[in-house]
Amino acid sequence: MPTKTVAGTTVDVNEEGFFENPDQWTEDMAPELARDDGIDALTDRHWEVINFMRKEYFEKGTGPTVRVLGKASGVSVKELYELFPKGPAKTAARIAGIPKPHGCI
Amino acid sequence: MGETIEKVSIIMSKGSLEGIYPGLIMANGARAEGIEANLFFTFFGLDAIHKKRHEHIKVATVGNPGLHVATWLGGFPGMSSVMTHYMEHQMEALDIPSIPEFVEMIADTGAGMYACKLSVDMFKLTKDDFIDQVEDIITVGEFYEKAAGGEIIFT
Repeated sequence: MPTKTVAGTTVDVNEEGFFENPDQWTEDMAPELARDDGIDALTDRHWEVINFMRKEYFEKGTGPTVRVLGKASGVSVKELYELFPKGPAKTAARIAGIPKPHGCI
Repeated sequence: MGETIEKVSIIMSKGSLEGIYPGLIMANGARAEGIEANLFFTFFGLDAIHKKRHEHIKVATVGNPGLHVATWLGGFPGMSSVMTHYMEHQMEALDIPSIPEFVEMIADTGAGMYACKLSVDMFKLTKDDFIDQVEDIITVGEFYEKAAGGEIIFT
């Protein structure tokens, strides 16, 4: 299994950079993970999405898709794509230290 | 990681429910993966962006062997509405948005939406007949310019 060093800690990730074990994630890793995905600074709105991703993951066992994010996170689909231009659910999951969300919508 | 797709242009040429959803799902899915996406609506596919028609898209119940309904029965009055209602119910359970909502959501993802000029002229439509998310009415040549450097998917 590949590993990656984030904020001085070694964590298990898959080939696409998603955390294998969300418990290895800490908040101070997020800014560095975000920079790897081309996001220079995390705003409060980014954090709202990141926290929602983790909450959903721990409640449901899988991260939310963009459809769910748009309906339930309090951030609209339009804004989600402004915050995470390379795919909101996918990018936010990587920054939030959870596996890639499964779902087609 | 291997090769990646950077851009897709999806042609929507069908006006039935089962003809419209696949292209919408592919466009939305592309944007979710961070892939640039354009939608080009042509022929009966224009119904998907037609203000008055896109709420009334129906499943084709005649000439659709996948439905496993006898052709004579599929042609019965109201059959298309009943099957559409049934299918919409199934999709709602999976949280698949209705066509109007889905098209709006896809526009919000930043995908480009265009209507085919020849079809628009043929059906005697104007830009006012379409939802506001439609950016422009373009020719096939302009479509190819927009599609340049990406994959083209015909549905």
